[in-house]
Amino acid sequence: MLEIGLGHYLTLAAILFTIGVFGIFVNRKNVIILLMSIELLLLAVNINLVAFSAHLGDLAGQVFAMFILTVAAAEAAVGLAILVVFFRNRGDIAVEGVNLMKG
Amino acid sequence: MLQAAAFYILASTAVISAFMVVAARNPVRAVLFLILTFFSAAGLFVMLGAEFLAMLLVIVYVGAVAVLFLFVVMMLDVDFAALKEGFLNYLPLGGAVALALAAILALTGIGWVTADTAATSLQAPIPADMSNPEALGAVLYDRYVLFFQLAGLILLVAMIGAIVLTLRHRDGVRRQNIARQVGRKREEAVELVDVKSGEGIG
Amino acid sequence: MAYIVVLGPLLAAIIAGLFHKQIGTRASQTITTGAVIIAALGSAWLFIDVAMLGNARTYQLAQWMAVGDFNISWDIRLDSLSAVMLVVITSVSALVHVYSWGYMSEDPHRARFFAYLSLFTFAMLSLVTADNFLQMFFGWEGVGLASYLLIGFWYKKKSANDAAIKAFVTNRVGDFGLALGVMAVFAVFGSLSFDDVFAQVQDGTAHTLTLFGMEFMALELIAFLLFIGAMGKSAQFFLHVWLPDAMEGPTPVSALIHAATMVTAGVFLVCRCYPIYELAPNTSAIITFIGATTALFAATVGLAQNDIKRVIAYSTCSQLGYMFFAAGLGLYSAAMFHLFTHAFFKALLFLGAGSVIHGLHHEQDMRNMGGIYKLLPVTWIMMLIGTLALTGVGIPLLNLGFAGFYSKDMIIEEAFMAGADGVTFGFFAFVVALIAAGLTSFYSWRLIFMTFHGKFRGDKHTLDHAHESPWIMIVPLLLLAIGAVFAGGLFRSDFVARGALEFWGGSLPAGPYAEGNYGEGATGHHPPTWVLFAPVTVTAIGFILSYWFYVVKEGLPAKIAARGGPLHSFLYNKWYFDEIYDFVFVRGTRGLGDLFWKIGDKRLIDGLGPDGFAATALKAGQRVVRLQSGYLYHYAFVMLIGVLGLAVWLVARAGGQ
Repeated sequence: MLEIGLGHYLTLAAILFTIGVFGIFVNRKNVIILLMSIELLLLAVNINLVAFSAHLGDLAGQVFAMFILTVAAAEAAVGLAILVVFFRNRGDIAVEGVNLMKG
Repeated sequence: MLQAAAFYILASTAVISAFMVVAARNPVRAVLFLILTFFSAAGLFVMLGAEFLAMLLVIVYVGAVAVLFLFVVMMLDVDFAALKEGFLNYLPLGGAVALALAAILALTGIGWVTADTAATSLQAPIPADMSNPEALGAVLYDRYVLFFQLAGLILLVAMIGAIVLTLRHRDGVRRQNIARQVGRKREEAVELVDVKSGEGIG
Repeated sequence: MAYIVVLGPLLAAIIAGLFHKQIGTRASQTITTGAVIIAALGSAWLFIDVAMLGNARTYQLAQWMAVGDFNISWDIRLDSLSAVMLVVITSVSALVHVYSWGYMSEDPHRARFFAYLSLFTFAMLSLVTADNFLQMFFGWEGVGLASYLLIGFWYKKKSANDAAIKAFVTNRVGDFGLALGVMAVFAVFGSLSFDDVFAQVQDGTAHTLTLFGMEFMALELIAFLLFIGAMGKSAQFFLHVWLPDAMEGPTPVSALIHAATMVTAGVFLVCRCYPIYELAPNTSAIITFIGATTALFAATVGLAQNDIKRVIAYSTCSQLGYMFFAAGLGLYSAAMFHLFTHAFFKALLFLGAGSVIHGLHHEQDMRNMGGIYKLLPVTWIMMLIGTLALTGVGIPLLNLGFAGFYSKDMIIEEAFMAGADGVTFGFFAFVVALIAAGLTSFYSWRLIFMTFHGKFRGDKHTLDHAHESPWIMIVPLLLLAIGAVFAGGLFRSDFVARGALEFWGGSLPAGPYAEGNYGEGATGHHPPTWVLFAPVTVTAIGFILSYWFYVVKEGLPAKIAARGGPLHSFLYNKWYFDEIYDFVFVRGTRGLGDLFWKIGDKRLIDGLGPDGFAATALKAGQRVVRLQSGYLYHYAFVMLIGVLGLAVWLVARAGGQ
């Protein structure tokens, strides 16, 4: 228990990922929380990557984590922009009101 | 010992604050908990020897992304309490799925075995004589330079997209048009009128 | 020359059929008629060269199919048999073409008509010049097609369309048998070439074929299947129903296709395959029986018909019966002789009837005719000649008479001789043929008396406008009349008597009469004198009865008909064949079709197939639609379930290793 190894980090990442998924499920209306949950998921993945990178002594994992950071930042920016436009058009951000994708 | 203590403190902080992100009633507090989560994760990264990434996490996530969230949350005039409705309705299903996922991930965590060839198939071994940012830079600008450029392009597109989406022209806002001011001709500005005496210019 | 004869009409048909709008109706008529006249002259030359001078030969036009051992070429086979057919076909066809100039002069679609006629001529020629079964089958189907097109030529008339379909469908039954026969030939002999097959036919007697779980003698089976084809095409008993209805077509068509040429294709087929039939005594007996029955049946029905063309149609049917039972008794040369003479006088009768119809403005019912011999004198004489030829008027012992006298009496006498020799159904055929001859005489003279003699029974208006046909219709009648008078006497020797030994050149046996009297070691072959006089006698009886009924006691038959006795209705309704067929086949097929349609198709195939799929897809779709709610979190949910499933699968796989 006291020797902190790969397994500890993987467990932490798994718990964070689960919380992220849980967040997506329970927050059906609030898009902002949804976006934050996605950030949590990505963070969990990043922890995994960095943990493996440290465990195996391979820098590639950290490089990959950086790219994920990039994508996450871009996603957050665009997502929030869409949210703002959405709010302007509808006056609220309830996702339940949006079912334009209904076939 | 110290390392273990640090890990457990940081990890538990991360988990609890992550849960609070999801469960918080007020989105502002959710954002703040998100920042806390990121900080904890940055601490863990430092422990793992990924100092550069830890800094990046703090700067990019905490300094940019989380603040962006905060801006948006505060900017939008939304009744967030109403948005929280139905939270409990979805709890059983969400909990079940989350538990199943956790079980699966735990299984992988327990059953984890490193392949024998892992040591010989490294993509970019960590050099012993360089600091982490130096080593990362050496790899990033050499071997992964094209991906790096691509990442920059993605950010650029995201930036342009965000601006295009949110930009709007308001009517009735007067702005200075320098080109028009400079390009004005005399005819546009001056009108010569012959005024008969005694009648005025009405 | 052979190429021009066979391919000329095809070329003309293509030009006239496809380009008549460009070249005009008159040019189309000229091209087709010209091509067929040239073919007729060429055929005459070929007849002299091939049949008279004995230069039988085969031209190979092209390779048709070559699949493994299956080699089919496109040939023109010229021997005495095909030369006879060539002459008959092209000469009658040429005369009918010329006749149609007058008969069809008011029809706006006559270019198409002439194209069909030429197409038919080509198909018939390729049938008779075939050197293998498959090309013959092609010609067989080709004439069927042309027949269908021509019967339904007036396609705006429903009855014409129905008749065309009836002819086509009935012929399908026969053609199915023919196709099976051809396949059986290939299965047994491994070749479809006539020469190959007939060379091996002696070895084939031991073969057996299994059909419907029963063993058959291969040769008998082949012969029978081929005969079914012949029955369909030649309107023999059971498959005769289409021929009277085919009279819906224009009269020249009836003359060409349904009297002189196409309907004789069955006789030709049996004669062409005589080596097979010689070794298939049981099938030959069946042919004899069917032929004789047809001869009698059609003659009886002919008694009660009122449509002038139908009378002649049943007469044709009856005469075809004569040819068949002759062939069935092994008198192939006599059958061909009758075919040859019959072509002339039956075409003459049909064209004469057409002339009457034309003169009376498309009146076909004999009850509305009468006493018009003064108005149409030439037609009247021509019809008389045709009737005399058909009824076989002549003087026995002197051997002097009309064409039918030589051929028909030859068949009747030889049937007697065959019966005396113990051939199956020989005497039966003889007796039936005699009765049919009497009936033939009766209905033929009935036709003449009802049409040309007595008082006119139609409306006055028609009578005022009745007119003799133009010369372009009269000339073919005259030429055919010459044939009807002299074709028998001139060619008797070549077909069935002394000359026959040389004439057929192996394509047909000369027949017992020629061999018995003029062959090597001939001991004389003469039927008793009373047999010679019997046909003429019954013909005379028929004439007298007819004269008594329709001239002396004019009006009596109409009363009999009006009283509607059972015999009359039986005959008038053609032995109720159409009704029986309608009940058994049409309704039966419809019931069966309904069964297949409603249960087999609708419920099983459609139900499980397209409709079932559609319904399942629809139901599934309606359920899936609920998944497509449009809400993002639903999609996210599905995605996550997928991720979960993927993770489970990966773990399970890793655990399995």
